[in-house]
Amino acid sequence: MKKYLTFFEIKFKAGFQYRIAALAGVATQFFWGFMYLLLYKAFYEANSGSLPMDFEQLSSYIWLMQGLIMLVFVWFWDFDLFNLIESGNIAYELTRPLDLYTMWFFKILSARLSKAIMRFVPIVIVASFLPEPYNLGLPPDMLHFVLFVFSLALGVCVLITFSLIIYASSFYTISAYGMRMYVAIIADFLAGGVLPLAFWPDTFRHVAELLPFSSIMNVPFMIYIGEIELMRLPYYIGLQLFWFITLLIIGRYMFSRCISKVTVQGG
Amino acid sequence: MKLFYKYLRIHIRSIAEYKASFFLSLTGQLTEAVFVLIGIKFLFMRFGSVKDFTMNEILICYSTVLMAFSIAETVFRGFDHFPTMIKNGDFDTVLIRPRSAILQVLGMKINISRTGRLIQGLAVMIYVFSASDILWDSGKIILLLFMILSGVIYFAGLFIIYASLSIFTVEGLEFMNILTDGGRSFGAYPLSVFGEYYLKFFTYIIPFACFQYYPFLYILGRSDNILYAAAPVFCIIFIVPCILLWKFSLQRYKSTGT
Repeated sequence: MKKYLTFFEIKFKAGFQYRIAALAGVATQFFWGFMYLLLYKAFYEANSGSLPMDFEQLSSYIWLMQGLIMLVFVWFWDFDLFNLIESGNIAYELTRPLDLYTMWFFKILSARLSKAIMRFVPIVIVASFLPEPYNLGLPPDMLHFVLFVFSLALGVCVLITFSLIIYASSFYTISAYGMRMYVAIIADFLAGGVLPLAFWPDTFRHVAELLPFSSIMNVPFMIYIGEIELMRLPYYIGLQLFWFITLLIIGRYMFSRCISKVTVQGG
Repeated sequence: MKLFYKYLRIHIRSIAEYKASFFLSLTGQLTEAVFVLIGIKFLFMRFGSVKDFTMNEILICYSTVLMAFSIAETVFRGFDHFPTMIKNGDFDTVLIRPRSAILQVLGMKINISRTGRLIQGLAVMIYVFSASDILWDSGKIILLLFMILSGVIYFAGLFIIYASLSIFTVEGLEFMNILTDGGRSFGAYPLSVFGEYYLKFFTYIIPFACFQYYPFLYILGRSDNILYAAAPVFCIIFIVPCILLWKFSLQRYKSTGT
């Protein structure tokens, strides 16, 4: 375990070197958050019936999304890993006395966490002090908050195991650029990145909620704003667990097959 | 102009060499735009309208902005590459050549794959033409083309500002993306949707609303004010201070050395 923790240390140190870039990112995300809020406000004003959540809840949802963007969007690939595969430096990775899958899991996790923390903290602080109803509100009670953290952690696990499958498939196609892009666009859409799943028409929403992508963003955020009843919670958490384990097994299988017949490009 | 045409031919030829990569980024942009469109459709399925605008009306706005942006991006996004040029010292090479600096910077990178969005914008517009109940007369069609043209010039102006400022900072400026990419994403909705202050800012300080909002009202028949139809002129005037800024910063250009 200790050796995997060193990846956190490395990535955190590397991440903090890019403080200014993170700050610029935070500014952009604030703008994006505000624009979404103003847009939804306009939609909410004209229609009071059949709303899936109050505006206050929606504000919290949007600020969580902006603050945790690095933990809930597939879009942010770790290009170092793709480079390892494409340049042939994967050979060095294989010589290490560590399991490749586990190692990469922690590499991705630490890279995403280090970026997320630098964005999350300023966004949460400022968003909490915005005037109502535009602020990031608190969850209904302590229990919901604990469950949110737990569910978010599971969501991140689903996200990483899903992306590891994509990393594994780039062993087969050397230039996986196109696939990465499509996968990210579709996955983030199905997770509710363009429009929260709660606003989707019912049939589409029911299908999307069964897919692994809903586990990444939709479930933890809905728990936070208190839109998932406690009775239904075991179902959603169970679904997250199911996808985590399924994707883990698929990914591990793919990795072991790739490694057994990896062709290293170049000498 | 002849030089630009030559640059364009070089870029088209280079595409022919990397067909797969070109095709992928083209369809990638198309896919992204399609999902944004589905998002808009879903929102309207739930809410019906926003500030009295129906979905078909929004789509006119959406496709105008999208088309203007993608044309501007294809031709003028060479400026995106500009901070890198300054860092590498490549810009020095440009300056010693006896041709316009703007033209050369643009010519370095004409990104034809960006036309993916143009295709979609065009498709949406054709759909709206048949679906909406607006009476299209020749005047309105000309106005629409005028809106797109002035939109292209507006976005071009932003790209020029971006390049000019990066002469001083030597860095890419992420906040400019708020205006360019943000304008594309949120420009799908008439600016009045976002509130009065917002509309005023984007009328008097940055003339985004001049091509996106006022002539749009005129086309919908919400306003008979002929001034609204003439508003895109301000977007064209907007290019003047942008070019002046570019000239100003060129005089202060300091090479980063090699």
